[in-house]
Amino acid sequence: MSTPETSRGRLAVLKTYKLYVGGKFPRSESGRVYEVTAATSAAGAAGKGQWLANAPLASRKDARDAVVAARKAFGGWSGATAYNRGQVLYRVAEMLEGRRQQFAAEVTAAEGLSKAKAQAAVDAAIDRWVWYAGWSDKLAQVVGGANPVAGPFFNLSTPEPTGVVAVLAPQRSSLLGLVSVLAPVLVSGNTAVVVTSRNAPLPALSLAEVLATSDLPGGVVNVLSGDTAELARPLAAHADVQAVDLAGAEGGLAAELEAAAAENLKRVLRPAAQDPDWSAQPGLERMTAFLETKTVWHPVGA
Amino acid sequence: MTDNTTPPNPSASAAASQLFAYAPAPESRAVVDLAPSYGLFVDGEFREAAGGKVFKTLSPATEEVLAEVAHAGEEDVEAAVRAARAAFGPWSALPGTERAKYLFRIARVIQERSRELAVLETLDNGKPIRESRDADLPLVAAHFFYYAGWADKLSYAGLGPDPRPLGVAAQVIPWNFPLLMLAWKIAPALAAGNTVVLKPAETTPLSALFFADICRQAGLPKGVVNIVTGDGATGAALVAHPDVNKVAFTGSTAVGRQIARTVAGTDKRLTLELGGKGANIVFEDAPLDQAVEGIVSGIFFNQGQVCCAGSRLLVQESVHDEVLDALKRRLATLRVGDPLDKNTDVGAINSAEQLARITELAEAGEAEGAERWSAPCELPGEGYWFAPTVFTHVSQAHRIAREEIFGPVLSVLTFRTPDEAVAKANNTPYGLSAGIWTEKGSRILQTANQLRAGVVWANTFNKFDPTSPFGGYKESGYGREGGRHGLEAYLEHA
Amino acid sequence: MPTDAAPRDAGRGTLPDVTSSNAALRRFLHGLPGVDAVGLEARAAALGTRSIKTSAKAYALDLAISMIDLTTLEGADTPGKVRSLCAKGASPDPSDRTAPRVAAICVYPDMAATARRALDDAGAGEIHVASVATAFPAGRAALSVKLADTREAVAAGADEIDMVIDRGAFLAGRYLRVFEEIREVRQACGDAHLKVIFENGELATYDNIRRASWLAMLAGADFIKTSTGKVAVNATPPNTLLMLEAVRDFRAATGRQVGVKPAGGVRTAKDAVKYLVLVNETAGGDWLSPDWFRFGASSLLNDLLMQRQKLTTGHYSGPDYVTVD
Repeated sequence: MSTPETSRGRLAVLKTYKLYVGGKFPRSESGRVYEVTAATSAAGAAGKGQWLANAPLASRKDARDAVVAARKAFGGWSGATAYNRGQVLYRVAEMLEGRRQQFAAEVTAAEGLSKAKAQAAVDAAIDRWVWYAGWSDKLAQVVGGANPVAGPFFNLSTPEPTGVVAVLAPQRSSLLGLVSVLAPVLVSGNTAVVVTSRNAPLPALSLAEVLATSDLPGGVVNVLSGDTAELARPLAAHADVQAVDLAGAEGGLAAELEAAAAENLKRVLRPAAQDPDWSAQPGLERMTAFLETKTVWHPVGA
Repeated sequence: MTDNTTPPNPSASAAASQLFAYAPAPESRAVVDLAPSYGLFVDGEFREAAGGKVFKTLSPATEEVLAEVAHAGEEDVEAAVRAARAAFGPWSALPGTERAKYLFRIARVIQERSRELAVLETLDNGKPIRESRDADLPLVAAHFFYYAGWADKLSYAGLGPDPRPLGVAAQVIPWNFPLLMLAWKIAPALAAGNTVVLKPAETTPLSALFFADICRQAGLPKGVVNIVTGDGATGAALVAHPDVNKVAFTGSTAVGRQIARTVAGTDKRLTLELGGKGANIVFEDAPLDQAVEGIVSGIFFNQGQVCCAGSRLLVQESVHDEVLDALKRRLATLRVGDPLDKNTDVGAINSAEQLARITELAEAGEAEGAERWSAPCELPGEGYWFAPTVFTHVSQAHRIAREEIFGPVLSVLTFRTPDEAVAKANNTPYGLSAGIWTEKGSRILQTANQLRAGVVWANTFNKFDPTSPFGGYKESGYGREGGRHGLEAYLEHA
Repeated sequence: MPTDAAPRDAGRGTLPDVTSSNAALRRFLHGLPGVDAVGLEARAAALGTRSIKTSAKAYALDLAISMIDLTTLEGADTPGKVRSLCAKGASPDPSDRTAPRVAAICVYPDMAATARRALDDAGAGEIHVASVATAFPAGRAALSVKLADTREAVAAGADEIDMVIDRGAFLAGRYLRVFEEIREVRQACGDAHLKVIFENGELATYDNIRRASWLAMLAGADFIKTSTGKVAVNATPPNTLLMLEAVRDFRAATGRQVGVKPAGGVRTAKDAVKYLVLVNETAGGDWLSPDWFRFGASSLLNDLLMQRQKLTTGHYSGPDYVTVD
């Protein structure tokens, strides 16, 4: 969160916000940035429109690089034990808790919320990581299982991650909404390319710093800020992306992206008709949307 | 270097082996700060027993007194149950997410303090530090981590949309895996919203009391976890207490039977994890080197003081000699001795009483005509020790093939066909565990289908995981611990 | 190095009927007990937790140094590079003459003569010259070329030959071809000792490594060796443990003892000590000698020397206190 003015005579050091790709923090290969400004608060705070930072305006090539990084990370992340993935997600919650104040300030500026509401959103985002952390080693027990086929066969169905998932983060809920769509993609072993909210990207770019210090292997999550449609189009059409979460696609963009995704039959999670209440307890659907079920047969006989 | 044309000198080689005798590598005791005496943990505070009684807990490796521990009587049990009852309302009313976060905290503190707890466990129990460090403690933390995640997901457990906790759980655990058995009991109980009164075993009370301190560090509300130390009478009082809603016991089948009688006619829910006489079945097409490792870990892990131990080796007659030769060669490399030495494979027997039982049954094996063989090893002069022992020419009629020895004693039997292997494996009142060794997948599954045992390991043995249900058939008890199934013991269907 | 009192082809250490045809050899190799990968790796990892301290550590460090085949196998090797490696092998720690010498210097055939001369000049005649041969590392050449390669290396002064097997033939199931090739190279070696390299990373499965071990031992290998050091997967504790089981079982079956050489990937003293624990607790003390166990390594030596200095001085050493060669 940037505060350009001096405070008690001391000039603040401003942070350069960067992309997060393959575990590193590059600027956009395009060299472009765009101005991020504070949002209107419900109370109409005076800060509206105030310059916050220059965020990287990521390009198609950044999106391409992010997919390469996500693909490279997929083997290790999907092959890690569920226990390990759960611990890493829980570690994200621990690290986020330690930066609670910073995120409350960023969410306040990004979404124009009151301080109390922003704090509540941050707290809910932390708890959401905890909730999903617990799913890593339970999902298979809830959505998989033995099938009593009529014959001398052992038959077991288990869920597996689908692959690289392009995640268009919700446009308004800059942190809680983002965490609510990202964590369920990760917990089962997918890797993600996230396109942040167009106008409120800063909490997402800061979240990348949390992810980078949470034992999450590089490339498992890649974060791109910029124009949603410009980034989403190449991702939706990309042949090495297996699924796309359209939460942040507004207007006609969602249908266009879904059509593009049909080319390699990506799994598509459509956006909700209404802006969802991200504070509500989630169900399984954001996890199961990005799972494949594998069924193994084996004969039984001495 | 020997000269290029000189044949190797066997005696020089033997001398080389002796030179590579591993120097002592003791784990430091300094990591554990032992107090001279410990109280009961009731309603968030440590206190002396109402009657002022205490008992001593020993290191079975040296017979050194480690500490004095309060001996809880009926009055103390009463206070503990009252505290648990008082805590139950608020605890069960907490949102699952908040209960989850307490349990995650406990899991993390256990991870942070795991070396201290491993050394403590080894001191009080006699098990090798290698096992307490690499098996017990990681599993303890993992168990809390796993059930922490369930606390806010109970509606997904397959028990209806809104399953309810039972109330106060009375939990009595054994001495073979003191902290792990505590975790198996407390983690699911708390996740489901119950409060607990736990009684650790008389000979291994210390890690449970250290766990009480961990509950305090984690900020767990008072009364949610209560620890009462004592003997069998303390446990009996706890189980019989009228305000207990749930009884969970791990221990011998004889005591389990008594408890089942005690709770008969009450509304108390009961789960029992009792004895076993596990069969480890080695077919002729087994991966032999790994099978030998599995036989060794099956019966000598934790000095064989494991309810699911593979105490009966059923080996196909065609490979009997090959397997036995390899097994004996392997047993000669087992390192028996100081449990705190990082290179020790086999530690001390937990108590003089247990040692006497093992000794008596081994003598019965010899008297009944089985052939006894022990690995050559020097046993320490003090403490309770029993050399790893193998009995061959054992039949199903021998006591050592029927009774649970709970020690490092393996009984070897043979079979000719898969059907005979299954028949012999099932020919016991117990039904906790079994092992199958063959490279043929369909035979694994067929044999597993036919075995009357709650846990069947194929091409491995003594594997545990918090996600995997554990428990027995027949007189090995009922109910399952671990996994989604483990929640059922602590929840009512909605 | 291992030697039999009787001539090599007298039948000792062979099972003649299993090598009578490719089918017979295949039946034999595929009849060996399978290897459960999870169990094997768990056993290797468990032995890796052994804690080797004080006197045992001092013994292990010196033993490990004496087992090194100090190796340079680069296209850029020059006589100068090989001579300095020989000097290093003869006098590993110039500041401490009690440091043992290495077992051998391992070079390409065209450097064997240079190495032999340099070692003799350094008064280190007991250090062997090992030469890779048979179109190392790929092994993709005509048999006649491989045999010529071998003979030239021996003629140039190599008394140990590290050959690579034809992995293509092995993976295609042409076991007898691999067997016969090893036998012919064995003949071409004359009095030199033969180490047979499997390239475990290319054999890929533990079952294949066990089969290759028996195949090579039946064909007369004096040593079996994990790898060339030129591929991604070289010596690992599990694949070395498996080969130690094979030499143990082969001696029990035939009476002939064969050595084991892990090569590539063993870089630290800690790793080396773990390998010695594998030897000690799998094959046994009979193999705890440079005659029966070698490390194919280069950077390992300096780490062993630094650990040795730590034991002597009580404080940690650094790379400036060992020589770069």
